[in-house]
Amino acid sequence: VFRKALRMTLITTAVLASFAAGAQQKLSLKSVTVDLPFGDRTFPDGPGADLATNNCLACHSAGMILNQPALSKAQWHSEVEKMRTAYKAPIDPKDVDPIADYLVKLGQRSK
Amino acid sequence: VDDLSHVPSLSTRRRFLGTAGAATLAPLTALADTTIKLPLPGGPDERTITTAFPQKGALILQRTRPPLLETPMEVFDKSVFTPNDQFYVRWHWSGIPSEIDVASFRLTVRGQVNRTLSLSLDEVLALPQMELAAVNQCSGNSRGYFQPRVPGAQWSHGAMGNARWTGVSLKTVLDRAGVKAGAVQVRFSGMDDAVLPDAPKLMKSLDVDHARNGEVMLAYAMNGEQLPLLNGFPLRLIVPGWYSTYWVKTLNDIEVLDQPDTNFWMKTAYTIPDTPHANVQPGETGFKSVPITRMVPRSLITNIKAGDKLQAGAPTPVRGIAFGGDSGVARVDFSSDGGKTWQQAQLGRDEGKYSFRQWQLSFAPTAGAPVLMVRCTSSGGETQPDTPNWNPSGFMRNVVEQTQVVAA
Repeated sequence: VFRKALRMTLITTAVLASFAAGAQQKLSLKSVTVDLPFGDRTFPDGPGADLATNNCLACHSAGMILNQPALSKAQWHSEVEKMRTAYKAPIDPKDVDPIADYLVKLGQRSK
Repeated sequence: VDDLSHVPSLSTRRRFLGTAGAATLAPLTALADTTIKLPLPGGPDERTITTAFPQKGALILQRTRPPLLETPMEVFDKSVFTPNDQFYVRWHWSGIPSEIDVASFRLTVRGQVNRTLSLSLDEVLALPQMELAAVNQCSGNSRGYFQPRVPGAQWSHGAMGNARWTGVSLKTVLDRAGVKAGAVQVRFSGMDDAVLPDAPKLMKSLDVDHARNGEVMLAYAMNGEQLPLLNGFPLRLIVPGWYSTYWVKTLNDIEVLDQPDTNFWMKTAYTIPDTPHANVQPGETGFKSVPITRMVPRSLITNIKAGDKLQAGAPTPVRGIAFGGDSGVARVDFSSDGGKTWQQAQLGRDEGKYSFRQWQLSFAPTAGAPVLMVRCTSSGGETQPDTPNWNPSGFMRNVVEQTQVVAA
C-alpha cells in the first residue's frame, strides 16, 4: 500500500511538474535589432575584375564566388545569365561573356 | 545510451588545436578568426570560422552577405539538439530586417479565407501551444561533394540542424481565418526582400491539406528560446520532414490561394529531376523537373573525421547522428571495411520521428587505411543508397558517406 501511495505521489508530482513546465514555456518575446556584416573580400585583379565587382556585389559579397569550384565557361555563362534574367541583376547583356571569362580564370587560380 | 549526450572532447580539442595552429600562420588582419579545411574535391577548401554574426557563435563562413553560415560537424557530436547560436543560417536576399519590434509585428492571413487576420505576437502566443523536434536541412546540404562539382553554396554536411520547435499549429491559425472551399495551396512569405526592384520575392507554398495536417507549425521558439533573427525571429514556418526551402523565416504573410502557386521559387527554383533519388547523368537535359519536397534518410559520423589516426585493434568508440527524412530511424549500420561487413549500431533516445537520432558502437580498426561507413534505414523502409546521386542543382544528397582513416 505504501509503495502504491508513493507511486501515486510521484506520478502526481510529475504531472504537476509538467504543467508548471508548460506554463513556463509561454515565452515573452523581446524585440531585436541586429547589425549584419557587409563582407569585405575583393576580387583579384585581372581583365574583367572591375566588371565582376560592379555587377555582382550589389546583391552578394565576393566570398560566394571565391568559394566556388572551378566551373566551365558554359556553367559560368549560365550562372551570370541566371543572375541577369531570373534575379534581375542589371547586367548589360554584352558584359555577360567577359564576366564569365573572368570567373573561369578565377576558378583556375591556384587554390 | 542517454550518455551519448555527454561526449569526451578529445577529437574536438584536437580539431580546435589544429585550427588554432593554422590561424597563427594567417595574416594579423584575421585577428580572432580561425580557419577550417572542408574536404571538398578540387577545392577551394579553406573557410573562415566566423563569430561576426549577431546572436550566433562560431560558424563556418560560406558567404557574408546575405549570410550562409554552416554548422561545424563537432557541434553535432555534442548533442542531439543543435544549439541556437550554432544553428546554420541561409538567406536568399540581403534585404534582411535589421529591427523587429514585437509590439508592432503582425502576421497577416488573407486570400481565400472567410476572415482576413492580422495577428499580433501576443495573439499568436495565446493560441494553443504545440512542440515537436525536427531536422531543418537545406536542399543543397553537402553540395560541395557533388562530382562533377556544381555551382551554388559549397556546403559540407553542416547546412542542417535539429531543434525542439515551440509554437502553434498552422491549422489552428488557418481555422481561425476559415479556409474557403476551393482553396488549393497556402503561400508563405517573410520580411526579407530583394535589394533589386523586380527581383522575385521569396515565397513558398504547400498544398492546403499539407498545411492543415496539424504538424506544420509556426514556431516562436527553438530549444526553449526565441529564435535568433538569422534563424527567422519572430516566427518561422516549420514543415517537418521537408527540406528547409519551405521553412519560411521572419514569416509575416500567409495567403490562401485558389490556384497552384507558379511563382519563381516554386516553379523554377528548388526543382529536382523527377527520377529516383533525383538522379540524372551530368550533362543530361530534357528531363522532367518537379519541386523538391520530402527529405530522405542520412547518417553521419561525428567523432571521427577523414584522415584521423586510430590505434589498430583497439576498441574504438564511434558515434554520430542519423535521421529518417520524413519518417523515423529504424536502424543504423556501421562498416569499418568499406562496406563489406556491417554491424548494427545502438540507437540513442527517440526524440520523435522528425528528429536527429544519435547512434553509437565500438569497433576495432584494422591496420591500414580503413574506410568507415554509416547507413540509416528509415522507419518508412528507405535505406541510404551506395552510390551518390547527381543533379545540376546539387540537391538531395544522401549517399552512404565514406570516411577514410589511418590505423596503425
